[in-house]
Amino acid sequence: MQVFVWLTVVTALRVLVRNRLRAGLTMLGIVIGVGAVIAMVSIGEGAKQAVQKQIASIGTNVIMIWPMATTIGGVRGAQGGAITLTVADAQHLKKKIPILVDTGWVKRDVLQIVNGHRNCNSPVQGVSPSYISIRDWPIRSGGSFNQADMDSAALVALLGQTVVDDLFDPGEEPIGALIRIKNVPLRVIGILSPKGQNTYGQDQDDVVIIPFTTAERKVFGTLFLGTVGGIFASTDRAEDLPDAVEQIREVLRTRHRLQHGKPDDFTIRTQIELGKVQEGTSQTLTVMLLAIASVSLLVGGIGIMNILLVSVTERTREIGVRMAVGAKRRHIMMQFLIEATTLSVVGGCIGILLGVLSARLMTVIAGWPTIISGDTVAAAFGFSVAVGLFFGLYPANKAARLNPIEALRYE
Amino acid sequence: MTPLINCEDVWKIYRIGDVEVQALRGISVTIEQGEFVAIMGSSGSGKSTLMNILGCLDQPTKGNYRLNGVEVGHLRSDQLAEIRNQQIGFVFQSFNLIPRTSALENAQLPLFYRGRSLKEQRTLASAALQRVGLRGREHHSPTQLSGGQQQRVAIARALVTSPSLLLADEPTGNLDTESSREIMGILEGLNRDGITVILVTHEVDIAAYASREIVVKDGQILSDRATKRRSQVVGA
Repeated sequence: MQVFVWLTVVTALRVLVRNRLRAGLTMLGIVIGVGAVIAMVSIGEGAKQAVQKQIASIGTNVIMIWPMATTIGGVRGAQGGAITLTVADAQHLKKKIPILVDTGWVKRDVLQIVNGHRNCNSPVQGVSPSYISIRDWPIRSGGSFNQADMDSAALVALLGQTVVDDLFDPGEEPIGALIRIKNVPLRVIGILSPKGQNTYGQDQDDVVIIPFTTAERKVFGTLFLGTVGGIFASTDRAEDLPDAVEQIREVLRTRHRLQHGKPDDFTIRTQIELGKVQEGTSQTLTVMLLAIASVSLLVGGIGIMNILLVSVTERTREIGVRMAVGAKRRHIMMQFLIEATTLSVVGGCIGILLGVLSARLMTVIAGWPTIISGDTVAAAFGFSVAVGLFFGLYPANKAARLNPIEALRYE
Repeated sequence: MTPLINCEDVWKIYRIGDVEVQALRGISVTIEQGEFVAIMGSSGSGKSTLMNILGCLDQPTKGNYRLNGVEVGHLRSDQLAEIRNQQIGFVFQSFNLIPRTSALENAQLPLFYRGRSLKEQRTLASAALQRVGLRGREHHSPTQLSGGQQQRVAIARALVTSPSLLLADEPTGNLDTESSREIMGILEGLNRDGITVILVTHEVDIAAYASREIVVKDGQILSDRATKRRSQVVGA
């Protein structure tokens, strides 16, 4: 039997090489189908991993609270347009809700930052020291600021990598340098580790972090004293997040004296929710692309079936001869199944190559992250075998059912 | 000793729509091992149907056909295939070689379905080709061979499994006189070596190579007689 299979594969390959153009055109559907599957899945996987990295860059078990739009005199403001959250809110939350490990707060503005003859416009964040720990934001070099700096509104700053690149020449030491924001001199005491883009595609490293009090009293201006742009909180365990969110909502509603039926004047988001939204999007995309790819696999399979039916008709006499010299039905069946599978497998292999190549190209040209996993390649290969077997079945069966006498007489 | 072929009242009835065609109407014939038989008849006489049944390509509607003592009338298609593979060699009028495939591989075909090793297939097939005088042509494809040579490849293919019965259906129908003589010479030689040869033809001078002549007409045997071999007559 092994001799039979092996020799039949060799024969099938020879038929394929002999009818190069026909075989090529037949395989095209499979090539495109498998290539598309590989490319799509690798792009999808790459996107998924990138999103996961972005989500992780927020911190661990983080809850974010943003001020919500408020309606004043019938006019609904934009989200974050009203300033409804305060430092006192953040401190109150920590006191009231024991499962919160810590709360931090942040206020931001985009300002011009100057170092000697160079300058840039970047987001400046005034934060509580706890914010840095909640965000899991390690310092790459230098140090961070502490509560004492906070209390004294010390003139110190931490720089993100992008800002460092903008303000300093290569080789120039940023630590200890004096930068100016709105003419306030600030000493650089640390450089933040790069975090990359966030889930909205913003560069998280384009940032200057200064103590909240410094920002409030000396840099941003004292308008809306005590208010914050956002509160960050974290829990020890991920399972506590939904519970914590509920408690925060209750505490804040009570504190903000929101009557029953009135909407929240804040929005609460957790890392997990963000992750789910993003994963959902990329999953939908992957499923859609896979559906398209499956259609082309289907079309490819039908192409193979078609050419095999032609081949069975063309070779009716040959089938008759084979039967006359002792081929059993299963021999004829196997011969055409093997031919179909050879077509689809060769097509599949070319498709895999093409898919890997186009995924690489996508990374090089468009900069999309792609991941080609062994599983994907194995699945694609398995798919092409399955397509060949499935669509070869009908023609093979047709060939095996031929009557040897009629087949021998066929013109 | 059991006869190689034993037909008893064999009928073959086709049904084409409402019309019933009686291709064979009670054929009874016995052929012993080592005979050289010519089956003659005009077209439509039923000789092709008889040959298909004798060659186990078809089965009788009624009656018994025993090949080497085995009743083949009720066998399944796979069992028939096995019998064809092991006991019968076919030679057709139109050669029926597999195109774009070398002479050697064509001759290997029956062994291929018997599941022999590739080496064994090659050895036996080249021996068979040598026996029909085609040494050195192993790797020629059918289009590179003349009609006579193609028919010799077909004979080699029929021989390769050392069958007890060789069925030749108008083996010289597509050949010129010279090639016909060669092919018949080969068949004669094989018969001398002990292989039973059944020849289906409508040409009298081809039938003359045989030692027994069965004439079929309207699905029945018209005559069955021993003849003098032509080679003995001509002395070729």
